[in-house]
Amino acid sequence: MKVAMKVNGAERSGDVEPRVLLVDFLRTNLRLTGTHVGCDTSSCGACTVLLDAEPVKSCTVLAVQAEGRSITTVEGLAQGANLSPIQVGFHEEHGLQCGFCTPGMMLVGASLLERNAKPTEEEIRWAISGNICRCTGYMNIVKAIKHAAMLRAAADAESPGRPTVAAATAGGE
Amino acid sequence: MATQTHMHGRIGESIKRKEDGRFIRGKGNYLDDIELPGMLHMAILRSPHAHARIKSVDTAAASGMPGVIAVVTGELMAQHKLAWMPTLSYDTQAVLATDKVRFQGQEVAAVIADTKYQAEDARDAIVVEYDVLPAVTSPQQAKEAGATLIRDDKENQKDNHIYHWEAGDQATTQAAFAKADKVVRLHTFYPRCHPAPLETCGCIADVNGATGKATVYMTSQAPHAIRTVFALVTGLPEQNIRVISPDIGGGFGNKVPVYPGYVVATAASLLIGRPVKWVEDRSENLISTGFARDFHMTGDLALDKNGKMLALRVHLDSDNGAFFADAQPTKFKAGLFHIVTGSYDIPTAHVTADGYYTNKAPGGVAYRCSFRVTEASYLIERLVSNAAIELGMDQAELRMKNFIQPEQFPYRSATGWVYDSGDYPKAMNVALEQLGYAELRKDVGARRQKGEVTGIGVASFTEVVGAGHGADFDILGLRMFDSAELRVHPTGKALLRMGTKSQGQGHETTFAQIVTEELGIPAADVAVEEGDTDTAPYGLGTYASRSTPVAGAATAMVARKLREKARTIAAHLLEAAEEDLEWDTGRFYVKGSPDKAKTIQEIAFAAYTNVPEGMEAGLEGVHYYDPPNMTYPFGTYAVVVDVDKGTGQVKVRRVVAVDDCGVRINPMIVEGQIHGGLAEGYGIAFMQLITFDAEGNCIGSNFMDYLLPTAWETPQFELGETVTPSPHHPLGAKGVGESPTVGSPAAYVNAVIDALSPYGVTNIDMPVTSDKVWAALRAAGVTE
Ligand code: FES
Ligand code: FES
Repeated sequence: MKVAMKVNGAERSGDVEPRVLLVDFLRTNLRLTGTHVGCDTSSCGACTVLLDAEPVKSCTVLAVQAEGRSITTVEGLAQGANLSPIQVGFHEEHGLQCGFCTPGMMLVGASLLERNAKPTEEEIRWAISGNICRCTGYMNIVKAIKHAAMLRAAADAESPGRPTVAAATAGGE
Repeated sequence: MATQTHMHGRIGESIKRKEDGRFIRGKGNYLDDIELPGMLHMAILRSPHAHARIKSVDTAAASGMPGVIAVVTGELMAQHKLAWMPTLSYDTQAVLATDKVRFQGQEVAAVIADTKYQAEDARDAIVVEYDVLPAVTSPQQAKEAGATLIRDDKENQKDNHIYHWEAGDQATTQAAFAKADKVVRLHTFYPRCHPAPLETCGCIADVNGATGKATVYMTSQAPHAIRTVFALVTGLPEQNIRVISPDIGGGFGNKVPVYPGYVVATAASLLIGRPVKWVEDRSENLISTGFARDFHMTGDLALDKNGKMLALRVHLDSDNGAFFADAQPTKFKAGLFHIVTGSYDIPTAHVTADGYYTNKAPGGVAYRCSFRVTEASYLIERLVSNAAIELGMDQAELRMKNFIQPEQFPYRSATGWVYDSGDYPKAMNVALEQLGYAELRKDVGARRQKGEVTGIGVASFTEVVGAGHGADFDILGLRMFDSAELRVHPTGKALLRMGTKSQGQGHETTFAQIVTEELGIPAADVAVEEGDTDTAPYGLGTYASRSTPVAGAATAMVARKLREKARTIAAHLLEAAEEDLEWDTGRFYVKGSPDKAKTIQEIAFAAYTNVPEGMEAGLEGVHYYDPPNMTYPFGTYAVVVDVDKGTGQVKVRRVVAVDDCGVRINPMIVEGQIHGGLAEGYGIAFMQLITFDAEGNCIGSNFMDYLLPTAWETPQFELGETVTPSPHHPLGAKGVGESPTVGSPAAYVNAVIDALSPYGVTNIDMPVTSDKVWAALRAAGVTE
């Protein structure tokens, strides 16, 4: 059946079986391979994307359930050559090693910062507790999200009213 | 003298990782991201039983399903002599079962179809009839008289015993035990767990019928060794096999072996003439690929009345699963387990080991571990802490009393290892200081007075990493050297290729920094490539913390070779004698006149445009490094825990980890590795368990049953360091990736046992879950 949704700000559509998972639609049909699969039982968070700005595990959402809605994947985080604060944070604080959990972690982190501009250590750890990382031991992921919070605060101080990641990608080009 | 030029990215500098850019943009290139034209998908049918005879395999319905190109059975593989394959431990393993299935999850048949969904649908339509046999799920059961014979396929196999192996000296050990004032015994089971990298295993086989070239993309930590094994298994000429390891989403030992899926996909691509992709799902990963540990260990430590260690005796029974497929150096049947005397000057030791077949998945891998050193370190560190408790001594003091002393290095251990360097008392002191041990001990005493259950655990591990040297360490006869090829281009930029393969360790940064240090080319100008056997020099791969000790050394050596050639070119350009030139990172200058200089970039250009008469053009080289010895990283970890008497829940209050891995090339990356290993150690100590019921059903076959630590449980880590360079490594580095998984489980468990010691508890097998702690407290009469 036909399915259409907005992905990283652009209208995308495809013809899929009703049983096709959103993660497979993104990876196979749209070739957006930054969204990964680590378990397919909603346990690891490697497949996390934002669905109308909320993090969801795309291995547990059918593509057809995203009909008419707005998706942000890791590929939608940067604005052209400009990395988003969360991406800069992960690089600066060594928040990634193998990189497999990283897209999911960054999207969860970015969405946390939309809701809570200055999260505590505990709030960050709770927010990412649905995402497994096998490499980093989480210390530097927490630091990376704090770093991103700091960058956002600095940018806000310079130009208040900057659009959010999800709003920017939801708005289309 | 000229002052040292500041050069970005030298050894010791925490530069940001060069590889990050693609990963944070979602542009990594992992196996499953690769799509080839005309590619088909494969799904594997696995056995639901742990032990059963196959009566029939009916593929008729599956073959007729939409999109299905082929259904492959064991019988078909047998026609091509590929139903069985050799293992890394000189045994055989079924590729697709023909006679019996020997563990739950064993490969029985495979479907190749246009899409993944179609392949899985058809897989579910294959009908297999089984005659179920009794399952053997432990070495204890395996050795019982009359136990079902698992390997009836092997002609001379009459029981389930695989190997007996010994190290050390039985007679002197016995004599020492006879004279001991005190013998402390610990019987403990290091249970089966699984490395579970976040990316599962997989491959894409692409055999070109016209050229005969087989290109296999594979999640492999050791692509060159895999190429050679493939050549031997399939009979294809080795120059026609190209193994490419793309970006790898974590390995931890799980991606060293050759799995049946790789062989089936390659055979299918050969027969069908199109690329075939196989990516296992998480359950397949957990139930069928390389597991870790599963050692039943008994240790006896003999001491005199002052707490001086006299002798160590260890026996272990190893549960190897249905096929002996451990990935380890050929000579050593129980890996490097005989490093079990650890950090202590124990005059004599005797180690015996027996391996057994069971109806469980095969393939013991070194899970973030150098071939069973994790089990060894766990046993000795638990044993020493228990000895302290029994002797009424402080656990740090007992260790201090028995450490190998700095002046004893190089130190020959009772089981024959030659430790390269170490300062164990120093690492211990730094850890105790950082923890505030003396104060905390008092605090523990005070809290216990109030009825709290709290404790401190210490572990002072010694690792043995960086295999070879090649004379003693090999995989299927391949000597465990490693390699680096360095090409400096005319513009002074460089390409470094190695026989290792990063799975997240940051090789693209660390190894570039070695070139910066040795040749003065900024790290940003050095591209590092690994994982393509058609372009990279031959190497044995990345596992057992061997990349920096072996390939890192090869990189330093090849860079030094090029520097010598650069000196000759510089002398020619400066019209000076070679011996009059001084090296200052990145340039040669004439002694006494620092302005008369040529930079490495100028020299590189000249290497292609203006070489001295008679010299070969170019600035390239390759070095194969066979290390003279292993390296021996060490450290002291200390953990503080609080136990809830009501629920048995253990809360880790503090973790202090002092590591000595010799010279640190990129401290940020080293610390990241330590964080990761401490978290995995936490998981192993408290959560991660692969177990089996009496029928051999795997409990722990998904992430809801096999529990991995999340950010919520994982404690904060406080790191410290000492630096004792390796005397034989060109940079003094030792390797670090595994120290924290080797050292920390004992520290975590020792803390719990310390907390429970007032109640007479001396052992709880890992994972130390709340229910076990609760039961131990109740058994000791603790209520509340
Ligand atoms: S792949 Fe979706 S949660 Fe693991
Ligand atoms: S960086 Fe490897 S899983 Fe997180």
